[in-house]
Amino acid sequence: MNALTRFFRRLEGPQTLGRGPLFWLGFVVAVACAMAYPLVSDGYTVGNTVYFFTWIFMALGLCLIWGYGGSLSFGQTAFFGIAGYSYGILTINFGAAYGFTFIALVFAVMLAALFAALIGYFLFFGRISGVFLGIVTLSVTLVLERFMAQTAGPEWKIGSARLNGFNGMSNMPPLTLPWPGGDIVLFPDVELYYVVLAMLVVIYLALRILVNSRFGNVLVAIRENPERAEMLGYDIRKYQLGTFVIGAALAGLSGVLYTSWGQYITPSSMGMTAAALPIVWVAVGGRSDLTTTLIGTVTVLAVFQALTIHGSQYALVVMGAMLVLTVLLAPSGLIFALARLVARPFAKRQPGDV
Amino acid sequence: MPLLETRALNKRFGGLHVTNNVDLALEVGQVHCLIGPNGAGKSTLFRLILGEHPPSSGAILFAGEDITALKPFQRIRRGMSVKFQVPGIFKALSVRQNLEIAMQHHYDPATLREEIGALLDFLNLTADAGRLAGNLSHGQKQWLEIGMAVSLKPRLLLLDEPTAGMSPEETHATGEMVKRLNAEGMTVLAVEHDMAFVRQVADQVTVLHLGKVFAQGTIDAIVADERVAAIYLGQATAQEAAHDTSHAQTGGVHA
Repeated sequence: MNALTRFFRRLEGPQTLGRGPLFWLGFVVAVACAMAYPLVSDGYTVGNTVYFFTWIFMALGLCLIWGYGGSLSFGQTAFFGIAGYSYGILTINFGAAYGFTFIALVFAVMLAALFAALIGYFLFFGRISGVFLGIVTLSVTLVLERFMAQTAGPEWKIGSARLNGFNGMSNMPPLTLPWPGGDIVLFPDVELYYVVLAMLVVIYLALRILVNSRFGNVLVAIRENPERAEMLGYDIRKYQLGTFVIGAALAGLSGVLYTSWGQYITPSSMGMTAAALPIVWVAVGGRSDLTTTLIGTVTVLAVFQALTIHGSQYALVVMGAMLVLTVLLAPSGLIFALARLVARPFAKRQPGDV
Repeated sequence: MPLLETRALNKRFGGLHVTNNVDLALEVGQVHCLIGPNGAGKSTLFRLILGEHPPSSGAILFAGEDITALKPFQRIRRGMSVKFQVPGIFKALSVRQNLEIAMQHHYDPATLREEIGALLDFLNLTADAGRLAGNLSHGQKQWLEIGMAVSLKPRLLLLDEPTAGMSPEETHATGEMVKRLNAEGMTVLAVEHDMAFVRQVADQVTVLHLGKVFAQGTIDAIVADERVAAIYLGQATAQEAAHDTSHAQTGGVHA
């Protein structure tokens, strides 16, 4: 019991909204509802919901880098793409037996993180910050998109995996759970839904612990005043790099899940539009908090899909308008602003109080 | 051995010679004030000591170790700490969290809460612990930052105009705070404009003028020095200053 209390205490802190039994009761109810959802729905719809979920990891990673760390990365899709393609190349070559797809997942995410470490080293140890960080990261993802787009020829293959240029790489096996009595192939259906939901809960809680730790303290200190943070004896470059790598790994996880979900990935997943969308999700929901980012991302994605069905060409315009409105009317994010508005009459303390 | 020493320190920004052959020695336990008219190079000297700018030539020694090539955070870890002129606090975070960020790596996690409480008391900020630091009054912000700087338990505390924008009462209280810290063994180097504050705390005063050490001594000797009064009143021409400084370097000015 004592260990449990201590665990819950680490999940709460000044860096996250939501604390106390009421919040965690709500959390348990939300997770229970999410778990019960496949019972009242059909496999196709549930599989479609997984599609939403796959993006949340990238959004949470950007929330960490941008909302908590104060560095706007415009190129999270680069890590998404690298991990997605890596998963494809690995699984097309080595198959799905013996749980290899999950090993491929780990390798793909590690490759994305390694690439982020390399780029991040030059960015942060070169003291590049602010808008220049956004420009460089955007350039990286656009260069990768261009590169992958010209790989249509048969000479562009790794082992038996054709890169296929703009047509995209396809037919990689989906994630496959080794199971006694026959592997469970995780097609976009109820099984995959539960696996991704479990990942989501674990990563959400892990990130809560991270941002409320001493590491998280330094992270928000860097966002607020990097010079002061350094003058307290912190090597802020290492903290920024570490955060960047974690965020990239999460984008990579999104990339793997997306690729496995649709058995398909194309260069446009690293293009301009794709790169801009995570910024819209995170900004609209409220970038300075993990929970608002999560809720915001799911909401915006659902709205986006509804718009795409009813009038595809306007969906992106509406996305852009949402971003502009958020920046003008509620810079800290719509959900954040709304939550504070609702909470204010009941709260004895001001937001940010400890 | 001096705690902090600069040897023939120079800094040029293009043709501007902002720090000109400065030799400074700070003995352990001293409160040393750096004064001088605007543009004398006080802030630049400060930034050189902190490592925010690399010097053009010369060396900086801390407790006998050459720290000229070290980065700012490495100098902080050697036992320096700084309070900036404009309060460098984390405005969107609570007062308590500001202190926690400063202190979390210097104290046992088990006693951190008590230590923060004690420091809040020392700073008269206990009642404001939960407020956002950005909502404090100007004087409170200055104290909070002094508190953050002090919480690192530095051997050398660097204060850049600690009383800027403070009322006379707040200035006096800040002076008492500095004296208490000094009595506990902290060596202090302060850039300061307020002569009442300098008189209140300083053991030793260095006057900078046009990037050079113009005069050095106790506060009484400095105040009695007519040439110091002259540069403050703007009567000294650059030529006179050059003459006077060469004079100073031969030791003639030391009162």
